[in-house]
Amino acid sequence: MPAEQAPLLAVRDVSKSFGAVAAVRDVSFPLYAGEAHALVGENGAGKSTIVKMLAGVHRPDTGTIEMDGAPLALSSPADARAAGIAVIYQEPTLFPDLSVAENIAMAKPPRGRFHAIDRARMVRDATALFERLGVDIDPARPARGLSIADQQLVEIAKALSADARVLVMDEPTAALSTVEVERLFTVARSLRDRGAAVLFISHRFEEITALCQRVTVMRDGRHVSTDPLAGLTVDDLVRRMVGRDLSTLYPRRSTTPGDVVLEVDGLRRDGVFRDVSFQVRAGEIVALAGLVGSGRSEVAQAVFGVDPRDAGTVRVHGRQLRAGSPRAAMAAGLALVPEDRRLQGLVMDASIARNVTLPRSGALARLGLLFGGAERRAAAEWTARLQTKYGRLADAVSTLSGGNQQKVILAKWLATLPRVLMVDEPTRGIDVGTKAEVHRLISGLAEDGVAVLMVSSELPEVLGLADRVLVMREGRLVAELDRADATEESVMFAAVGQRKREAATTGATSAAGEQPAEKGVEVAL
Amino acid sequence: MTTVEDSVRTMPARAMPARTSVLERVLRAREISIVLALALLVLVTAIGHPSFVHSQSIRDILLGAAILGVLAVGQTIVVITRNIDLSVGSVLGLSAFAAGTLLMNHPGMPIIVAVLVGIAVGAGCGLVNGLLVRFGDVPALVVTLGTLYAYRGVAYLWAGGSQINADELPDGFLKFGTATVLGVPYLVLIAVAVLVVAGVVLRSYPAGRQLYALGSSPDGARLAGIPVGRRTLAAFLASGTLAGLAGVLFAARFGTVDAAAGNGYELNVVAAVVVGGVAIFGGSGSVWGAALGALLLTTIGSALPVLGVDQFWQQAIVGALILLAIGIDRLIAARVAAALKKRGSHVR
Repeated sequence: MPAEQAPLLAVRDVSKSFGAVAAVRDVSFPLYAGEAHALVGENGAGKSTIVKMLAGVHRPDTGTIEMDGAPLALSSPADARAAGIAVIYQEPTLFPDLSVAENIAMAKPPRGRFHAIDRARMVRDATALFERLGVDIDPARPARGLSIADQQLVEIAKALSADARVLVMDEPTAALSTVEVERLFTVARSLRDRGAAVLFISHRFEEITALCQRVTVMRDGRHVSTDPLAGLTVDDLVRRMVGRDLSTLYPRRSTTPGDVVLEVDGLRRDGVFRDVSFQVRAGEIVALAGLVGSGRSEVAQAVFGVDPRDAGTVRVHGRQLRAGSPRAAMAAGLALVPEDRRLQGLVMDASIARNVTLPRSGALARLGLLFGGAERRAAAEWTARLQTKYGRLADAVSTLSGGNQQKVILAKWLATLPRVLMVDEPTRGIDVGTKAEVHRLISGLAEDGVAVLMVSSELPEVLGLADRVLVMREGRLVAELDRADATEESVMFAAVGQRKREAATTGATSAAGEQPAEKGVEVAL
Repeated sequence: MTTVEDSVRTMPARAMPARTSVLERVLRAREISIVLALALLVLVTAIGHPSFVHSQSIRDILLGAAILGVLAVGQTIVVITRNIDLSVGSVLGLSAFAAGTLLMNHPGMPIIVAVLVGIAVGAGCGLVNGLLVRFGDVPALVVTLGTLYAYRGVAYLWAGGSQINADELPDGFLKFGTATVLGVPYLVLIAVAVLVVAGVVLRSYPAGRQLYALGSSPDGARLAGIPVGRRTLAAFLASGTLAGLAGVLFAARFGTVDAAAGNGYELNVVAAVVVGGVAIFGGSGSVWGAALGALLLTTIGSALPVLGVDQFWQQAIVGALILLAIGIDRLIAARVAAALKKRGSHVR
């Protein structure tokens, strides 16, 4: 084990901002040869930004990345590769039309006569690499159609062929089965034991303990700690990941939930989520928490009918909702404010007025024609209620700030007078002030008797707003916590599938009754 | 950790299956099916009209196919990168007119100079396309649709209503259009040379493979450190340059050039490329297929009038052929995808 050796690679006082958002601030940590290093943190803690800087995709605003003590200028992915840094992303980046061997050799193909690519040697090299890795992929086949696990193994072969000294793996296991994870780890360990430094990013603690010797915790873009993993418990890690002062910005409401408005029973979408059942009452805010990829957004989309569902029922006011029909959902009083504003929420090039009135263009039309007057009046009313700041209603939505865009989306759906409002990451990427406004708005709606289902990755938001917290992990509802029991730790423990000795169980009693106790052993897929 | 090392060592590597990839087999099948279609067409036509296989008409077909083929090679290079170059017909016209004008005004000039000037005009046009696509961040379809009209406009502006006729061009140049080596026209030899060079570069040199890579996955290419912008620019430069060369060949072959030369060629070229099995979404296909596509389309153009099929049906048949080619592509893609999924790589 590395005692006082010099680090192979060191991240030093690195900061990176995107616009006004500081993604990473003054982060430093070392990577040692022959060691696997875990990087953990909540969603949005800045881990992926660190990865992208190591990959040469982003350049740090300040600070340096050093290798063997000398600063590296990583201004492109080619630089990173030349420096011996290989990155494996959650979604592999192979070329589907090219053969596996070509994918591996793309950066530096073997040359033969006339300096042309020596295909035979390329295939031999790939075969040799796969033999070294102990995996069995035909190098001559195209990359198209390989499973994610196989694609990741090809990525590792790529790293091997480049003699990578630093292997960065950004949540490589998210889509893998246990067997596949073990095979990936076998390969990663043998690389590590041959003197490479491995940086491993994962949300699964059992994987981190299985592979890593050292762990760096990040929170809100800042470095929290770097320690040997040996002395740490899962409790310690979770506390460091979430341990921020719970903001007191959240408006408290007197909650007197009314009748059940939304009833979801046994909802399943194959390979995405299953056995999802819950209810939302009038005037209640229910948060759907969990890690990115746990299936939260997909549940909301299936309830609304944007995504198909394979089993289960959705009832609104006791009436069953047709599957796969957002129109029917809207008619029943549902509204969904999606996660991705640009892709799903707004028509970026259309005017503010047009965007606000889009779901109601049928109702506002006369004789099937839309007249600008009705659109403008309706849009003016709702944007004023939400205190949206804009120049003119005819301006394109793309000219607004993120926060105001979010208000336009909210206005658009609130104008349909929904009885159930589903919001997916309502405050992602908007500034603190607007955030608070959006929070006030959501609780105001609940006070008016709207049933609110909120998907959020921000724990303070979840804890501050929600009357009940549903926690999802790997496509299942694993816990239901009342406001009193929901703490950052209890939610996080449920989300990552670890239970704090006794505290979390008491918190999860009410809801997790039918969930058997051995959550941790659950095998994905 | 010993178990780990052991399992690495003892995991058996299965014998590798067939060397040729599924992909290559499919592509080869496409080229074979074009050759078969071509043979069938020639056979049927020749049985009804033996004069069709007369050396003169074969020469005509080959000359036509040579010009279309050079354009198709350039187009393939661009299409592989998930772009398209619609301006090639206009570039051809402009280059043909430039070379013709130069020779008309300076009859004593060496022919090679005129050829190089024509190529340079094409290269300039291709460079403009490439710069607009790379730095304008505008889809190639729109950029080259614009330059299609712009370059044609330049040609009209320059030519006015005038026309360059064969008798105004030096004999040497016209001879260059008709001369043969061992019965094979120069123009065809030039086209074959272009084809071979492009084919080898695309297949066996890193720059060529990077074009396939960036067409296959632009984001992946960026992450892999491939200079995406430079390669895209180079692809358009190549296409323009080859269109310039095609323009000179056009002038030499026909001897008559006006501002409308090559009007509408771009669609023939795209048709040849698609029929030749180059995926319009980039990443796959070869110049060999595209050249065969050009030969097939040219042959159809000559055979149908011989068979007494009227003009309208000719176009409909070309259209049907494109749809057939695309349909076959989809069918094969679905089959291959299923086969590849089934060939799960890890049987233990």
